[in-house]
Amino acid sequence: MEEVDKKDINDLLKWKKIKPEVPELTGNISVPEIKLWASLDYKSQLLKQKDALKRLGLPSDGLVPDWKNKFLAKMGEMLKKYRSVRLFMDICVRCGACADKCHYFLGTKDPLNMPVARQELMRRVYRRYFTISGRLFGSRLGSADELDEEMLALWYTYFYQCSECRRCSVFCPYGIDTAEITMAAREILNSVGLVQKYTYEIVDKAQNIGNNLGMVPDAIVNSIEFVQDDLKEQTGIDIKIPIDEVGAEVLFVTPSADFFASPHIESLYGYAKVFHQAGISWTMSTYASEGGNFGLFSHNYNQMKIINKRIWDAAKELKVKRVVCGECGHMWRVLSSFSNTMWGPFDWLDQRYPAPQHICEFTLDLINSGAIKLDKTANDDLTVTFHDSCQVARGSELGGKIDGQFEIPRALIRECVNRFVDMHEDTIREKTYCCGAGQGLLGDDMLPLRVKGAMPRMQALKRVKDSHDVNFLALICAICKAQMSKIFPLYGYPMEEVGGILQLVSRSIVLRNKEGV
Amino acid sequence: MNISGHALNMAIYFSALLFFAGISFRIAGWLSVPNPLKIPTTPAPLTPAGTVARMLGELLFFRSLWKADKLLWAVGYIFHLSLLLVVLRHLRYFLYPVPESILRFSDIGIYAGFTLAASLLYLLARRLIIDRVAYISNVMDYFYLLLIILISMTGLLMKFFFRPNLIEIKDLMLHAAALDPIAMSAGMSIFFLVHLSMVMLLAALFPFGKLMHAGGVLISPTRAMVNNARRSRHINPWAEKEWDTMLSEADKETGAYMPWSPEQWRDRWKR
Ligand code: SF4
Ligand code: SF4
Ligand code: SF4
Repeated sequence: MEEVDKKDINDLLKWKKIKPEVPELTGNISVPEIKLWASLDYKSQLLKQKDALKRLGLPSDGLVPDWKNKFLAKMGEMLKKYRSVRLFMDICVRCGACADKCHYFLGTKDPLNMPVARQELMRRVYRRYFTISGRLFGSRLGSADELDEEMLALWYTYFYQCSECRRCSVFCPYGIDTAEITMAAREILNSVGLVQKYTYEIVDKAQNIGNNLGMVPDAIVNSIEFVQDDLKEQTGIDIKIPIDEVGAEVLFVTPSADFFASPHIESLYGYAKVFHQAGISWTMSTYASEGGNFGLFSHNYNQMKIINKRIWDAAKELKVKRVVCGECGHMWRVLSSFSNTMWGPFDWLDQRYPAPQHICEFTLDLINSGAIKLDKTANDDLTVTFHDSCQVARGSELGGKIDGQFEIPRALIRECVNRFVDMHEDTIREKTYCCGAGQGLLGDDMLPLRVKGAMPRMQALKRVKDSHDVNFLALICAICKAQMSKIFPLYGYPMEEVGGILQLVSRSIVLRNKEGV
Repeated sequence: MNISGHALNMAIYFSALLFFAGISFRIAGWLSVPNPLKIPTTPAPLTPAGTVARMLGELLFFRSLWKADKLLWAVGYIFHLSLLLVVLRHLRYFLYPVPESILRFSDIGIYAGFTLAASLLYLLARRLIIDRVAYISNVMDYFYLLLIILISMTGLLMKFFFRPNLIEIKDLMLHAAALDPIAMSAGMSIFFLVHLSMVMLLAALFPFGKLMHAGGVLISPTRAMVNNARRSRHINPWAEKEWDTMLSEADKETGAYMPWSPEQWRDRWKR
């Protein structure tokens, strides 16, 4: 590996303002020639706010003095707690099958963004300090490296250029999942005091205030009232968004961005209309006002568990029979795959339905049973394609089917629109490309990286735009929505062409005032 | 006892010991680390039987690699298949009488010797030529490749040009395999000695490097776990202890680590 100029750690980690360069859209995704250090300057800002760091139980004075020992101790802990991390350190053969599969490599050309090279950053330290040959011969035997400040800076840089999207894992012959390694690496960096601002500001807010945006309960209630007024104005019907209602049938959780961000709020209209029209009583919760769980982004089990607790508690407190989740990728992964392990099964809920249930499963069931009706012609101005949000696509099943997470959203879209077309098969379903901002990379400080990371998705989109005049990209992830609506204008597309599937439902659902309502 | 005559036997036993003990040790090491969460990657089967089928697909057909890179898949597949056939052919040096079934593979084993060498040369070439692969290749990657190339070359040379005394070799190996070693006679083929030493070196190193991917693929949690997290609870063995430790260390003043209960939280926000 080439040497970086010897510098102080603070220089190495300094955030620089970089003007985003927008890749040219050709409609093709080609594998670039590698360009050394091409994205070395894309750093996330560090969290410096002492009280937040203290609340998180993290070092609050920057890099801790005896960081090397702390680092190795934490790394040893990760290797003892996560079989994935331990095994993946040992079995990579450097075949390179994953090398051209990462959107950040394709976008930046930086070889350290090849999944295997990213993993090797950890393996170099692993070989030096955790294997027999490293202990005997130090870093002399090649491919092992001393843990020094430069290595630390490389870790902070490149483990915050991975969106933990797991695309590489699909292609690796041994299923090596770089996301697992990135999560461990971030936890190790946290333990020595290199804490990323974007993610951990939000973890702090989620733990203490209850949602990622830091909205206090009154603000939530206000914005919900605002949405209700909007709905009334749009439809002429009183569509309620109940909040903290004990005894409702369904507890609904969704990312807090859905309360007012655009285009997220359009999906909130959709959720409300679906519940209203199906006549199912539901409630949101001020205590569990966030579906997202940024605790997932590093291997810190308790952090994720604390945030997840709110949903579990709220379901009990509000005495609901079902839990339904809105549109969010990583939130769905945590709730469907991990919540059961963390807090046990939702076994007191109505067992006729999956618990928790995804809004796409929920809505499609209602359509199939005839409880709600859609009028596709309402969306006749749209030709729609679908971005499989990767945490859903590569997370777990939907609808109890092995490919339900691909088919159910598509089936739902087809119920909403007359014209649907898929992007190139190498860019969707299990092989979907991340939007380029997932798992902690959505901060404005990371915009230059985000623009490049979005390149593969934008190329695939460009192709169907050219061939089929696609003018709407449907997604089921709050982060994807925020990223795409920001990135679209930079690539020359209007931001209104991005939105949730429930936005399509919202536009096409046939509403009528129920008797007595 | 004829020490120099037995040096070879000792080396054989030593490398075999490292091979088998090493593999067990490594696998036991991996299995001693728990899987805290369910992390299978799509398309992940929903049942144990489906997961077994998926693993067989990986093991027998390298299905993920097929998705990644067709040429690498083809060469990798030829390499592993050739290796298997060559190893099967070699069983006739360790078994007496040689079972019918193994003899049947023997002729293919000769062709496999060529495809083995050819696929290895391609694997080496791509490490040198493709910029991405060159970037990630390290010393050991080249070392293992060259080692196996050397083994296969000496094997082919013996087969076609410098035939060693097979009767003698078989005698030696059969006795070694029966744990009844006999001394090696002087004047043993130098090609054979190089060939065998390289094999022993490979066997001795096998457990301690990347060649253990052969054992790891069956354990890999993203492949071997069943995708049923919503329906069946997966237990994280260290979760409870970690939670209790957190609570006991929680700083009540600052609220650090504190999971708010609904009551505490409502109290704070006056809801
Ligand atoms: S595909 Fe897997 S084994 Fe091959 S280089 Fe990538 S991580 Fe390593
Ligand atoms: S998880 Fe996604 S972002 Fe990270 S290395 Fe793999 S492909 Fe790249
Ligand atoms: S934001 Fe969306 S596309 Fe990006 S990592 Fe998350 S789910 Fe995947």
